[in-house]
Amino acid sequence: MKVGVPRALLYYKYFPLWDTFLSELGAEVVLSPRTNKRILNLGTGAAENEVCLPVKVFYGHVLSLKDKVDALFIPRVVSVEGGAYTCPKFLGLPDMIRALDVDLPHIISPTFNLKLGLREFCCSIFELGGYFTKNFYKIISAFYKGLNKLRNFEGLMQDGYLLNEALTGRLSPTPKGSLHIGVVGHPYNIFDSYVNMNLIERLKRRDIKVLTAEMIAPEIIDEIVSNLQKKLFWTYEKDVVGAVFHWLDTKSVDGIIYVLSFACGPDSLIQILIEHEARKQGFSVPIMPIVIDEHSGEAGLVTRLEAFTDMITRNKVGRL
Amino acid sequence: MKITFPHMGTLDIVLSDLFSRLDVDFVVPPKTTTKTVNLGVKHAPEFACFPLKVTIGNLIEGLEAGADTIIMVGGTGPCRFGFYAEVQNKILHDIGYDFEMIVLEPPMTDIKDFIKKCKKIAPKKSLIQIFHAVRVGWKKAVAIDEVERETLKTRAFERNFDDTTVARKKALTVLEQAVTSLEIREAREEALSLINKVEKDHTRRALKIGIVGEFYVLLEPYINFDIEKYLGQKAIYLERPVYLTDWISPSKNNPVMGINSDEIKKAAKPYLSHFVGGEGQATVGHVVKFAEEGFDGIIQLLPFTCMPEIIAKSILPRVYKDLDIPVLTLVIDEQTGRAGIVTRLEAFMDLLWNRRKKKLSVVS
Repeated sequence: MKVGVPRALLYYKYFPLWDTFLSELGAEVVLSPRTNKRILNLGTGAAENEVCLPVKVFYGHVLSLKDKVDALFIPRVVSVEGGAYTCPKFLGLPDMIRALDVDLPHIISPTFNLKLGLREFCCSIFELGGYFTKNFYKIISAFYKGLNKLRNFEGLMQDGYLLNEALTGRLSPTPKGSLHIGVVGHPYNIFDSYVNMNLIERLKRRDIKVLTAEMIAPEIIDEIVSNLQKKLFWTYEKDVVGAVFHWLDTKSVDGIIYVLSFACGPDSLIQILIEHEARKQGFSVPIMPIVIDEHSGEAGLVTRLEAFTDMITRNKVGRL
Repeated sequence: MKITFPHMGTLDIVLSDLFSRLDVDFVVPPKTTTKTVNLGVKHAPEFACFPLKVTIGNLIEGLEAGADTIIMVGGTGPCRFGFYAEVQNKILHDIGYDFEMIVLEPPMTDIKDFIKKCKKIAPKKSLIQIFHAVRVGWKKAVAIDEVERETLKTRAFERNFDDTTVARKKALTVLEQAVTSLEIREAREEALSLINKVEKDHTRRALKIGIVGEFYVLLEPYINFDIEKYLGQKAIYLERPVYLTDWISPSKNNPVMGINSDEIKKAAKPYLSHFVGGEGQATVGHVVKFAEEGFDGIIQLLPFTCMPEIIAKSILPRVYKDLDIPVLTLVIDEQTGRAGIVTRLEAFMDLLWNRRKKKLSVVS
């Protein structure tokens, strides 16, 4: 059975796990191509216009995959830790795709909700495995293999490799320059080089070392986030807030670029938390928010990026 | 301590009543106006949902009017509303206001904290007194919502223009003055009979439309351009599944509309099988219910960038294809103009009348 996995949204978080799990159970995993103009146009054409860019991109990937596979893998990831959700859009994703006015292959959409505890989660795993095999032990071993792959992938990122390098296994040497820039935001915005117009590559070309939230140990992020006045109930935004607060605290980067997509619900509010904290620290580390959507122009991004890097370079030289 | 709070429909009447019962000093911010919206838009993040912007405007005006404490409710997500209080707190402090914020989190998450905050709001009263005040105040709140419900149903048939609106105003004043349980019961009877006494033209043919969507935009007439009054005066019988007390009520059976939320979830299940925060799933469920009850059309209202309602909006095309019911979605934010809304409503009403004519001709 050919199972299609759209190269968007949570692909950037869990693909090693999904890929290994599904292949171990005998499915042939088909990945959609990297985001390109055609995919983006397909997505913006099919999705409601108020939806955020990453979800539109997801629609595009689904539409580009639909005729090539027997089933689509679109899990409903409700919660990945106790007491927190992912994002409402992930909760409704399979239903939103089903509402599309096109012929779609079968959609495999297990619900993963760790809020309900480990037992429910295991049930979901077996429900998903049940599509492919009745062998209980095969499912368990496939899941463990997948989990190992995921740990490896996360380990590589904590060793300082960027997400796309860790995902493809093509590790490149780190740039020699002394300038460090932290890039935060959702991985599906930062590492989809088409929607962010090659942001990471552009920084690397300027000999800048790029740091991301994935490189910070989860324990550090958890500790920082636990100091917040109100507990954040979105898991992925926790990483963003934790990373920025960590960098502001330790001053381990020279500047922070915060990538957010227009109309992103959680981002619109945590923006305020970040701004508030930066103001408290007297803006000692410069932060530049970049809002992207399907209308973003490359020239605008390049200009802002150049101005930002020039400014922090001068800052650094001045301090020396 | 002087308490203020944001506006949301008739919430100011309910809270004023409650705070006077609790012997708490409070100030009601001025009614939402363009100035309020502008203030909110200036200080709120660009693509935060519209209610956040408006409520920030309300709170600024409340603080300017002399309040030093803000009351808000919290939440556990995933809708952004649960994080409003935190963000409002940060924004207002950053622009230089000095105040204290009391955030009432849902009592299910931390009952001790909830009680502590209740005591903080009403230091002069014991817990039993607070409980009693809330219970009596609640009865009044339900009565107010019942008046609203009857107003929506009556307006389409009023013989003399604007009679219902006048009657509603009178009814609310009657209710506002009631204090004890007994008085509230009597006032409720009187208020409802005031609405019922409006002279009606029963020969008039009216369209039946259900209004669904995000509760803030539904409840706040300034934000939705008083769409209910506009439609009612165009001879449209309206039903709205969400009322203030329905929304606050912890029970599954809504006190005003009598709709069971489990039933709504079941109705939504074929289209949206998981809750998505806010009113997302309920919106889909209500549309299904309205369609089954033979309504002519549905109007969905949502603030720009509202996540749960966008999910509902993406799913509704499938619902109206299956159940053959037209749905008009209106997205509202500070850029929305009244003329644009009116034009679309007129077109929608024409469409519904034409559909009805066609259906009748098929039958005959």
